[in-house]
Amino acid sequence: MKQHSQHLIPGLAILIFSLAAPFLFPNYVFQFALLWLMITFALTWDTLGGQMGYNSLGNIVFFGVGMYTSALVQIGLYYDIGEYTAAYGAILVQYDMEQYFTGLIIGLIAAGLVAVVFALAFGTIVFGLRGPYFAIGTLGVALAAGELVGAWDWVGAGSGISMPVYPGDPDDRALLYYFLLLALGVSTFLFLMWLYSTRFGLAINAIRDDEEKAEAMGIHTKRHKTVAWSVSAFFLGISGAIFGNMAGFIEPLEVAFPTITFGIFMVVMCLLGGKGTLWGPVLGATLFHVVKEVTWTHLLGWQWVVLGLLIIINVVFFQQGIIGWAQDKWPERFGIIVEDDDALLAAQDTAEALPDKGVG
Amino acid sequence: MELIEVSGVSKSYGGVVANKQISLKVRRGRITGMIGPNGSGKTTLFNSIVGYHPIDEGSIKFEGKEISKLRVQEIARLGMLRTFQQTRIYGKMNCVKNMLISVSHRTARFGDMFRPYSPELEEKAEHLLEFVGLYSKRRLISGDLSFGQQKLLEFAMALMSEPEVLLLDEPTAGINPTLINGLIDRLKQANEEFGITLFVIEHNMRVIMNLADNIYCLAHGEMLAEGTPEEIQTDQRVIDAYLGAH
Repeated sequence: MKQHSQHLIPGLAILIFSLAAPFLFPNYVFQFALLWLMITFALTWDTLGGQMGYNSLGNIVFFGVGMYTSALVQIGLYYDIGEYTAAYGAILVQYDMEQYFTGLIIGLIAAGLVAVVFALAFGTIVFGLRGPYFAIGTLGVALAAGELVGAWDWVGAGSGISMPVYPGDPDDRALLYYFLLLALGVSTFLFLMWLYSTRFGLAINAIRDDEEKAEAMGIHTKRHKTVAWSVSAFFLGISGAIFGNMAGFIEPLEVAFPTITFGIFMVVMCLLGGKGTLWGPVLGATLFHVVKEVTWTHLLGWQWVVLGLLIIINVVFFQQGIIGWAQDKWPERFGIIVEDDDALLAAQDTAEALPDKGVG
Repeated sequence: MELIEVSGVSKSYGGVVANKQISLKVRRGRITGMIGPNGSGKTTLFNSIVGYHPIDEGSIKFEGKEISKLRVQEIARLGMLRTFQQTRIYGKMNCVKNMLISVSHRTARFGDMFRPYSPELEEKAEHLLEFVGLYSKRRLISGDLSFGQQKLLEFAMALMSEPEVLLLDEPTAGINPTLINGLIDRLKQANEEFGITLFVIEHNMRVIMNLADNIYCLAHGEMLAEGTPEEIQTDQRVIDAYLGAH
């Protein structure tokens, strides 16, 4: 765990603040919950877009698939789905505590697993594409998914589904979903931190830098790409399930498959913080969310202009994002150093004692 | 015994016949050279051998096993690696990471993806970087190294993988003349000490004559001559091909 020690202090500080935040700022629980959703978005997008160099514009599919999966599981356990979602002839729906939580837990797990199945299926198709074609291909999948669900009557089609109502105090409900999203965000971060420290991390970096070389060296590229996408899909699927329940009402275009909002935010947050690094997505998501919410509150009408400006400044002046820029400016802080040839022999003895200071 | 046996291989790109009925043998434990003017089909033949593209006809055997239908990764995992004429390394990673990811994937099972690297492998990576003279730069981003240094890194990465045979596409192109002697020594060392069979494309006659045990010469996609360095140097057809007298 030596190489992880650098993450300990900022990590603990963020965790302690996040545990206390809903009690310190009770009016902002929903905002903090959204922030953790954004962090999960950015982290999972970065696995492909940053670490592996496959810029997906379709990751939002897994969010929507997870959301609908958990809705169908939660409803299907106790009611007939067709009757529940029918536009007319409403049936009386009432969940007690035990039913609600049983459905929620099974729903979250199913959401992750079904999203992985979708990732495996789509992976066999879209991983034949590279570069911009991959981006466009995945975007097509995302747009099609929203439209297909919107035309599917059994799941409520365009008029959506009202999720089971939490049978308790609304404040408790807000806290429940805040802590679920917090737990998901933290788990995603810790899982990816471990994953990037294994051979897997270097292998997907190699695919990013030169996939043809990676093939020529015998790396199982397809295997790595599929696993990377499945990991992304798993956490995104669960995030969709939690968000669907938190929102209370889900429908295909704006909530489940919002390609032009959440789908693009994922990309922008990674670019802002610095893609291909562990902390970049966290930093980018936080900054982006704060700017977005502040402008929504204080500059209403200009919010998209401000966000656009932020993206332009990012793309023109800080293409590598904040962490990438810092790495260029202070390379020695990130362990990018030349060692004097005279020091070579001395360094050899201490080589093992040198901590790996790389951020990625 | 032959490690690689190419017989009757042809490859065309549209109307251009890049390789025509090429046959050659690379013997285990030796250094085999391949020369020929620009556009004579050397790199095409390399690409055919490592499975980069399908061949039109003929057979390619590695350790007696037909490999002409296998894909690039499968061939690499049999223990046949190649370096590229336009050097290819993982440009955004530091040198040590470039080395570690080059550990052989020959026996990698699914679960091996999630294993960490052992300190022994890190030591080996640093040792090989020292071998090619890049130890002090091992923490630098490899894309920031000079072209020659990248070439040395690519060579070290290939050694890290402990291949049976290494196909080198112009290993000394773009390398500072004073470094070339050092590189020749290291190629010979890799062959003698690590037991790696080498198959080398090279334009620099001094290098290839010093290095190879046996040399093939291609011209216009056809096999022109084969022999020891002395035989090739005195072969009138080879001299004509290089001077353009035909």
